[in-house]
Amino acid sequence: MSSTAIGADSHGSSGHEEKNYLNATRGLKSWIFTVDHKRIGIMYLGAILTFFLIGGLLAIAVRLELFSPDPVLTKDPSLYNKLFTLHGAIMVFLVLVPSIPASIGNFILPLQLGAKDVAFPKLNLASLWVYCIGALFLIAVILTKAVETGWTFYTPYSKDSASSVVLATLGVFILGFSSIFTGLNFIVTIHKMRAPGMTWRRLPLFVWAMYATSIIQVLATPVIAITMLLMLLERTLGIGIFDPALGGDPVLYQHFFWFYSHPVVYVMILPGFGIISELVTVHSRKNIFGYNAIAISSVSIAIIGFLVWGHHMFVSGQSPLASVIFSALTFFVAVPTAIKVLSWVATMYGGSIRFTTPMMYTFSFLFLFSIGGLTGLLLSTLATDVHLHDTYYVVAHFHYVMMGGTLIAFIGGIFHWWPKMTGKLYNEKWGNISAILVFIGFNITFFSQFVAGTQGMPRRYYTYAEQYQPWQQLSTIGSWVLALGLFTAAGVLLKSIFGGQRSPHNPWGAVSMEWETATPPIEHNFHEQPICEHGPYDFPEIDHTMGPAH
Amino acid sequence: MSSSAHHDHHPFQQHHFHSIEQQSDSAKMGMWLFLGQELLFFGGLFMAYILFRWMYPDTWMACAEHLNTTMGALNTVVLIFSSLTMALGVREAQLGNNKKLAGYLAVTIFCACVFLVVKYFEYTHKIHDGLLPGNLYAYSHDVMPGRPDLFFSIYFAMTGLHAIHVIAGIVVLGWLLKRALRSDFDSKYYNPVENVGLYWHLVDLIWIFLFPLLYLVR
Repeated sequence: MSSTAIGADSHGSSGHEEKNYLNATRGLKSWIFTVDHKRIGIMYLGAILTFFLIGGLLAIAVRLELFSPDPVLTKDPSLYNKLFTLHGAIMVFLVLVPSIPASIGNFILPLQLGAKDVAFPKLNLASLWVYCIGALFLIAVILTKAVETGWTFYTPYSKDSASSVVLATLGVFILGFSSIFTGLNFIVTIHKMRAPGMTWRRLPLFVWAMYATSIIQVLATPVIAITMLLMLLERTLGIGIFDPALGGDPVLYQHFFWFYSHPVVYVMILPGFGIISELVTVHSRKNIFGYNAIAISSVSIAIIGFLVWGHHMFVSGQSPLASVIFSALTFFVAVPTAIKVLSWVATMYGGSIRFTTPMMYTFSFLFLFSIGGLTGLLLSTLATDVHLHDTYYVVAHFHYVMMGGTLIAFIGGIFHWWPKMTGKLYNEKWGNISAILVFIGFNITFFSQFVAGTQGMPRRYYTYAEQYQPWQQLSTIGSWVLALGLFTAAGVLLKSIFGGQRSPHNPWGAVSMEWETATPPIEHNFHEQPICEHGPYDFPEIDHTMGPAH
Repeated sequence: MSSSAHHDHHPFQQHHFHSIEQQSDSAKMGMWLFLGQELLFFGGLFMAYILFRWMYPDTWMACAEHLNTTMGALNTVVLIFSSLTMALGVREAQLGNNKKLAGYLAVTIFCACVFLVVKYFEYTHKIHDGLLPGNLYAYSHDVMPGRPDLFFSIYFAMTGLHAIHVIAGIVVLGWLLKRALRSDFDSKYYNPVENVGLYWHLVDLIWIFLFPLLYLVR
């Protein structure tokens, strides 16, 4: 791989004012009916962050109620059930699943490949519309009788619950289509739309992560679709497949549900891995350590991730043999994950680390995700899982991985590509402060839950024994700090739109292809077909005389 | 790969592709991925079928007696024949014979409709007898062992979902027919026909599995 200098602006967009994708066309219609992947990505980002706010406020409400074992917000335990169910359903189906792929992925992936657009731009737009329709169903759930089943909709309770389970499952069913559309689109785009010279080993690792993610989206989502469809028939016609009263099998529902919902946690976390691979290299000014290992581990996580769903059912009456096999496979999935974390740390070693906001979120990710990943091993161990199952320990583990992993990476990615998307610079100092606040708040909120969980505090309870109160109160206080940090981050970004400095063409000195075009990009991404001549992390200042680049 | 293709720009080539070949390759790959997810979509029902057949083997034996094997066999033949006409249609599209393509598409659509009519008579008969899923089950002529209601849940879920796919097939085949009558296709641009063909073969294939699993259990 040659290391021709790329730092100098090859297309030079600084001098004259050129129309970019934001102002090329005007009017509401030009957004609603756009097939431009960048605009679709931006609209997705807006929608996802809105639901992140709603889901977050629900979480604050849940935490507030738990400040005391006595009623705080409400005297109605079923309202509490509805709050945490809506929090879970919104965060999983409207925020985490689409989060990175549909927003940053949509925006960045074609640019990183040197393509004009995704392979199927209309399908991409359809995915956004379908997402909005699905979201409307979940909003309708909130406005009607809500749901109180937990986001997992376990039978038989979901069959008998008087809440709006039909609307909720219909919403999830519809949202599945949007997920499949995105995944399918990305796989084909990565295969067929790469710029000349962009071999598989020159793909940015974000693209590799999106590839692995998309495989899971396409192959796992149809299973939740059929599950939700059967659940609808269960509720409306009483077909009995999941209903023990009618001869059906509720554990079958759990198998179906987790056959999707376990792989889908990799749909949530793999894009986060992709973002971290980009951020850790660019902001450490160093080529990635173990490119092949990171790329292949994404795909192996996607494959092994399909074979571990039974670890959610260790206490559901699954056979001991099945449990042992699922437990072993679950340990196995930790190997490629550890390879990634260690490679990122090794990437920083000897680099010249810049304490930019994206890098602060990357540090945060490395700490939080490592804790999340390591605590997962205790849950895949059969003997300890029996004790920890359905306690706050699981809640904390899940949040360390999903919030501390995916969402922190998501926020880091937003900060990293914000100048690319908007053409504006934000205040680095306040960006850093937001990262620190989020890190502190997050740990206070969820580390206390690890402790409460190991002491036996069960999840999803409206009230609790006195002994847990200190941990519960600590967690609630932490949630305020966390919220403060997130609002700070939002403030930093919003302020940059209105009155932020204009971003230079390539503020981070990155060398992957999305920075070769104008900032913000022109409507058709590149003036002429870019040619890929080097790897995505061959920074010009790397000293190649020391030895081979990799 | 791009420079030469730019000159002969096919009228149906979309702006973000370099060549019509790249566009066709992409669309075809997209269709295969779609079919892959279809397999997993139906896979859930096949899994439920396996589980309940294993749990209630006697029910399955007894209930299969109530399905009309003749009608099922007729539908199998009709669908396999429609797959043949579809394949011949793809061949004509590749040769750029839009008229012949339209003829084959019309026959394929006709077969699909025959399938649905036969299915309609089968369903009507089941509804009349009360051989219905879950709570709706109301068959009173004799008592079947185990959970016949569950058998008919599986029967209606599987064949119903398949029938929805047949209806979707008729819609896309109709769209192709309209385009063939407009002479849209030629030897460089026939991918939509190919893709719908792939979909139609899958719909056919799923029925080929459903028929023995539901009708020929004995």
